Order: sequence, then C-alpha cells, then structure tokens
Amino acid sequence: MFAGAPQYLVSGLTQGAAYGLIGLGFTMIFNTTGIINFAQGEFVMLGGMLSVCLLGAGLPLPLAIVLACLATAAIGGLMERLAIRPIAGAPAVNAVIITIGVSILLRGGAMLAFGKDTHALPAFSGTAPILALGAAIQPQSLWVLAVTLALLAALKLFFTATIQGKAMLACSCQKKAASLVGISVARMALLSFAISGLIGATAGAILAPITMTAYDVGMMLGLKGFAACILGGLGNPFGAAAGGLVLGVLESFGAGFIASGYKDAFAFVVLLLLLFVKPSGLFGKAGVERV
Amino acid sequence: MLTLRNVDIHYGRVHAVRRVSLHVAPGEIVALIGANGAGKTTLLSAISGVERVSGGEIEFDGKRIEAEKPERIVRLGLSHVPERRLVFGPLSVADNLLLGAYTKFRRREVAADLDEIYAMFPVLRERRDQQAAALSGGEQQMLAIGRALMARPRCLLLDEPGMGLAPQVCKEIFRHVSTLRRDKGLTVLLVEQNAKSALAVADRGYVLETGRVLLSGTSEELLANHDVRRAYLGREKDN
Repeated sequence: MFAGAPQYLVSGLTQGAAYGLIGLGFTMIFNTTGIINFAQGEFVMLGGMLSVCLLGAGLPLPLAIVLACLATAAIGGLMERLAIRPIAGAPAVNAVIITIGVSILLRGGAMLAFGKDTHALPAFSGTAPILALGAAIQPQSLWVLAVTLALLAALKLFFTATIQGKAMLACSCQKKAASLVGISVARMALLSFAISGLIGATAGAILAPITMTAYDVGMMLGLKGFAACILGGLGNPFGAAAGGLVLGVLESFGAGFIASGYKDAFAFVVLLLLLFVKPSGLFGKAGVERV
Repeated sequence: MLTLRNVDIHYGRVHAVRRVSLHVAPGEIVALIGANGAGKTTLLSAISGVERVSGGEIEFDGKRIEAEKPERIVRLGLSHVPERRLVFGPLSVADNLLLGAYTKFRRREVAADLDEIYAMFPVLRERRDQQAAALSGGEQQMLAIGRALMARPRCLLLDEPGMGLAPQVCKEIFRHVSTLRRDKGLTVLLVEQNAKSALAVADRGYVLETGRVLLSGTSEELLANHDVRRAYLGREKDN
C-alpha cells in the first residue's frame, strides 16, 4: 500500500514548494504593510500566462519567463501605487478588500487578453523522468525545488546583508521609528508589492509546465499559498516556505492514500485544525517585548 | 535653529496643541515640561513630521518644515528619539544603529560613527549581536539615542528619555545629553515629565498645560517659580 509513498512525496514537495513561494509573497506584503494581499494568486497566474503569451510571441523560453516575472513585479508595484497608497491611513481591512477588487480585475483582464483556454508551458529541460528511490522524478520538479531554494537564499541575503532589506524589516516591526531614521515607509510598501509580484510570478512560471495554467488558476493557488503562510505563522517568511512544503506533502499523501477527490479539502482541514490548536502557526512564536 | 509659531495640532477631534510658539537656539538644551497629556509628545511628533499640524509654522535652519515628510526632515539634520524608545526589537543592536545611518550611505563615515557610539555606550558594543528587544530599558534608551545620532543630526528631539528607568540610569542618560552638547554643539529639545531632572540639564524651559504654553524662562527661573514648584516639583520637595 505504501509503494506510492516516494512518488507522492516528490510530487507533494514540488507542489508544496510553489505553495511556499506564494505564501512568501503574502508574508512580504503583510510584514511591511499589515495587508493580506488577495491578488497574490493573480500574480502567480500572470507569471504563467505572460510566460505562455511571450513564448507564443516567439521569445525563447528563459527570456519569456524572466520578462513575465519582471512584468508582474511591475504590476505589483503599480498596484501599490495606484490602488493601495491612495487610501494610506485607512484601516487595513479596507486595503484588503481593495486587493480582492484588484484580483478580480486582473483575472478578468487576463481572461479578455488571453482567453479561457488552459495552457501549458514546455518543461524547462525535457520530460524524461529520472528514476530514483522508487519514484519517477520529473526534471521540472527539480527545477521547481531548485528555483525555490535559490529564491529563499536570495531573500535571506536581502534581509540580512543589505540595508534595504534591513530597512524593510525595520518597517515591519516599527513603522514610526523607521520613518524617523529616514526610511520611506511608502517606498518600502511599493518594494514589497514588487518583490511579491516577482516571487508569485516565478512560482507561476515554474509550476506551469506541471499543473498547466489558465486565467483562473490564481484563486485556488492564492488560497493554498495563504494557507501555507498561516501554517508557517503569518509574518515569518521562511515559516511560510516550510508551511508550503508541509501543505503540499499532506495534500499529496491525502490524495494518494485516501481520496484524490478531496485533494483540495485536506489543505483547508489541516489549516482549520491548526488554527484551533496553535493559532500562531507551526513556526510562529509569541513576541517578546520589554519595557 | 528651531522655531515654532502658533502651532495648532488636532489629534482626531482633540485639539491637542493650541497656538504654541517656542524657539531653540543653536547649542541650547531646552526642556518642555508638563503633565501627562499636555501635548508634549504630539508637539515633538509634529516637528519631526510624523504628526501633521493643522495650523502655524515650524522652521528649522531657516526652512519651513511643517509640511515635510519625516524621512526628509531627518536628512535636514533633525533627529527624533521617540517616546518608549521604539527600537527595532527583532533586529540586532548593530543593525539598529546601522539603520540609524540609513540616510548616510558613505560606508567609511558610518563605520567611524558606529565606533563613536560604541565608545559612548560601551554596553552596546558588548551586546551588538543581540536582539534589541532583549536589552534592558536603559540599554534600549541608549540604543535609541545612538540610532538617532547615527544620522549625524544637528538638533535632537528627545522624548521622555528617563521614562521607566531607575534614577541612576536616568542620570546617566542626562549626563550623556550634556556631554553631547558640550563636545558636539548638539542642540536638544527635551521632553520630560520629571521636571526637576529635565531643568537640571536644560538652559531654558517651557511649561505646557493642556496644549498651551503656560510659562517659559530659564531653568533657574522655572525652578524658582512658585506655580512650577507646586505643580511639578511637589514630590521632589518632600524628599
């Protein structure tokens, strides 16, 4: 009965890495602005769909993907500038509702621009599976894991070794003091939306050869990413990535051993249970403050 | 160096500061004293740009700054050490100080300034790799002051540096304020509830009550003033 386990693990980790990246995008924006960005899933969709579109326009695959990710980063930045900043000072819930509006706009726009068809991006390096440890590993799975690790490493470097990264952390823990040392909180918010766009689009592009993409994939992927970041403890970027992996593996095992029809339900059942038992998330910790 | 003319500030529907005028000359230490809720903190926040004025003018070095953003005002040479210190808790002590120099990207200058802060507050050097949240209250106050100094201000706004600190630690902080003025010619506008220790270090003072300037004068005059003694120094007199 457990013969399929290695296979489920591999596909779970692959899917989970993408969830983790999406969750990471949520966390970036939440930390700097206190907003849950429900258009995060649409960034993922744009990464996949724009890549497909640019590839169709005759660009080589790597260039198409890079451009798609940069374009989505720009869209993220524009979203902050045009939709979020004008209501600066309003309660966070207003901004959250605006992000829902933006997600509907982006989804509708994508439907008009790209149509309702489902598209697949070609795998980056062939589809001949690699047999290892009783599982057939798609080369694309390795791409997903490698790109996820590379992005995590880059973010770690950004937060620990650059002044802008530290300034972003400063914004997330103490906005008033951040502006008093000369950090533009508005610019950091813009930067966090752009980075989230970049991360989300990357997840969308690397996942597209495996799960395919269409104008409406953002909704479910966004929810799974949100689940991942709650699972990892909202506000903890690397927790979100780990939460994504846990979620992906749970989902894959649930679908494999119990019933594939409930695949999507597992994620949310686990999320609800966790919220009852440990609301701060698997990797969340209570804050320490001394006065 | 710093001049306020008829400044009004509304805090929601509360008229927190009413037509306050005051000035601070270069190299002066000026204390702003008054009870809780007198509008002292609101006034400092308006000077550093965190709070908006609803009327009046704020002038720093001959430039009107009441409509400027905080990040711009820091660059003009006016730094604000906020009430309750507001250190970046999850970040290390060294990163807190480094972020203080966010407006100064020239690396060598920053390293030299960092050394100077460590020389002034040796305990920060010992703890530079620890999280700022793990420091004691007095150490956090030193860190907040050090962070503000990293921007190389010519004028420092200090909000309740002695709040919640043991008298001995509080004294040490005030001693540093005097030293900074003596050695660097730093201009300081100091807010304190503890009128006695504030006036001991300041040249002049303003007494704020429910958003208005009630009295002003040299520290000696205020310390000798009957109303000030009764309202703000009563407890100390008993000791």
